[in-house]
Amino acid sequence: MLSVSLLTKAFDQQAVFSDLDLRITRNRFAVLIGPSGCGKSTFFDVLTGVTEPDKGQINWQGKEVDHLGNLAAYMHQKDLLLPWFSLLDNSLLPAKTGKEDLKKARSRAIELFVKLGLSGYEKHLPAQVSGGMRQRCALVRTLMFNRDLILLDEPLSALDAITRKSLQSLLLLLQSEFNRTLLMITHDVDEALLLADDLYLLSAKPMRIVEKIELHGEKPRRFDDPELLAMKDVIMQKLEGDIEDVS
Amino acid sequence: MSRSNLLAFGILVLVFGLWEASCNIFSIPIFILPPPSIIVQTALLKAPLILPHALTTGMEIICGIALALAVAVPLAMGMFAWPWLEKALSPFLVASQAIPVFALAPLLVVWLGYGMEGKILMAAIIIFFPITVSLLEGFKGCDREFRVLFRLMGAGFWQTMRLLYWPWALPHFFAGLRVGVTVATIGAVIGEWVGAQKGLGYLMIQANARLKVDLVFAVILWLSLMGLLLWFGVGWLEKKSIRWKQN
Repeated sequence: MLSVSLLTKAFDQQAVFSDLDLRITRNRFAVLIGPSGCGKSTFFDVLTGVTEPDKGQINWQGKEVDHLGNLAAYMHQKDLLLPWFSLLDNSLLPAKTGKEDLKKARSRAIELFVKLGLSGYEKHLPAQVSGGMRQRCALVRTLMFNRDLILLDEPLSALDAITRKSLQSLLLLLQSEFNRTLLMITHDVDEALLLADDLYLLSAKPMRIVEKIELHGEKPRRFDDPELLAMKDVIMQKLEGDIEDVS
Repeated sequence: MSRSNLLAFGILVLVFGLWEASCNIFSIPIFILPPPSIIVQTALLKAPLILPHALTTGMEIICGIALALAVAVPLAMGMFAWPWLEKALSPFLVASQAIPVFALAPLLVVWLGYGMEGKILMAAIIIFFPITVSLLEGFKGCDREFRVLFRLMGAGFWQTMRLLYWPWALPHFFAGLRVGVTVATIGAVIGEWVGAQKGLGYLMIQANARLKVDLVFAVILWLSLMGLLLWFGVGWLEKKSIRWKQN
């Protein structure tokens, strides 16, 4: 669905990444994982159109595009609900900015509210509901983008264990229930192992894809799965080895 | 009564009690220092004389605030939208603060005469800076994740301004406005001292020249009350416009 080829970006002659190739398949959960400071956020900025790449192509369903700014939805570990709007108004933001028919969008949002157990809370302000409900509201907003690809630019590691777990299962719900494709950029190996179908290991500057690992098995995965633990060791070694290479 | 209220009330009683007592004990003449009781009496009895002047000064302050807002709000938005504009203008803004604005008062009389215009301008010049700066800081304080969200939602600058930046900056804006309204009073009064035909500042100068010190104090009392009224007015407006913060 999304392919990136020969993408190159440098700041002050120093390459952040060069000739980066990446292919993401529909309805998969793809996770890019690399050490901090390896250029992940620059890559994200190029994808979303904040900065332009020096060269290379981004292809979306076979067509070349400048960036994914108007093709992908965005989800964050924080719920990013605006405190001055009600839950329903928050979920309607993508419809408002996208100049959609608000009436239709409204009924669609209300349907999603019912589906995610938020009905009755449409008029509440974010501060009046629990963290879990805010996450679900953020999920509704993500779905209201009406876009197949969802970008996640930060790991969920800043969250407390319970919040993180509930958000992880919401992300999996996006994939299984709503058929979305997810692209997450992170440095959290544990999380990648729990969520990913396709795992891309990144090297530090210049950032390249060292290896693609396909993960199998029912999700949500369990932490004590021996296969998973073995996999984690392998990945950690590869990432660490890379850090040593650089220093 | 809470402990802090009790203390505040105690200080008030102590200061004014001492003042009142020493005026009586040392028989200080009224044209040097009138006791608080006389001041309050004069403030009430001379209300018909003071009120029209108070209205003039109040009008100058309100118009000054309106004028400052009319310049500050678009300026802050412009400087936020175009960083190069901020870069170009900020030295001038800072330099403008280095000019002792009160020293401009005599010039404003020469240019604009004895009417209200000079005083309005004076008040506006003084408060426009804190409002501009606080609003701009408020806009800039908006978190990156929210900006990414709005960009991916395809929101244009004005839409983002309306839905995100403006409500985001409102608390800062009101902080600036609070500072602004109190100093606006000073600006208007000083403008009137230098040359006016009406207003509380004018009344003070006249009374002072005739050694009607009780009237001078009565006017100061009125000015303080107007300042308080403005302060609480802004507070009320803030509460009205930032409802979501109270929960």
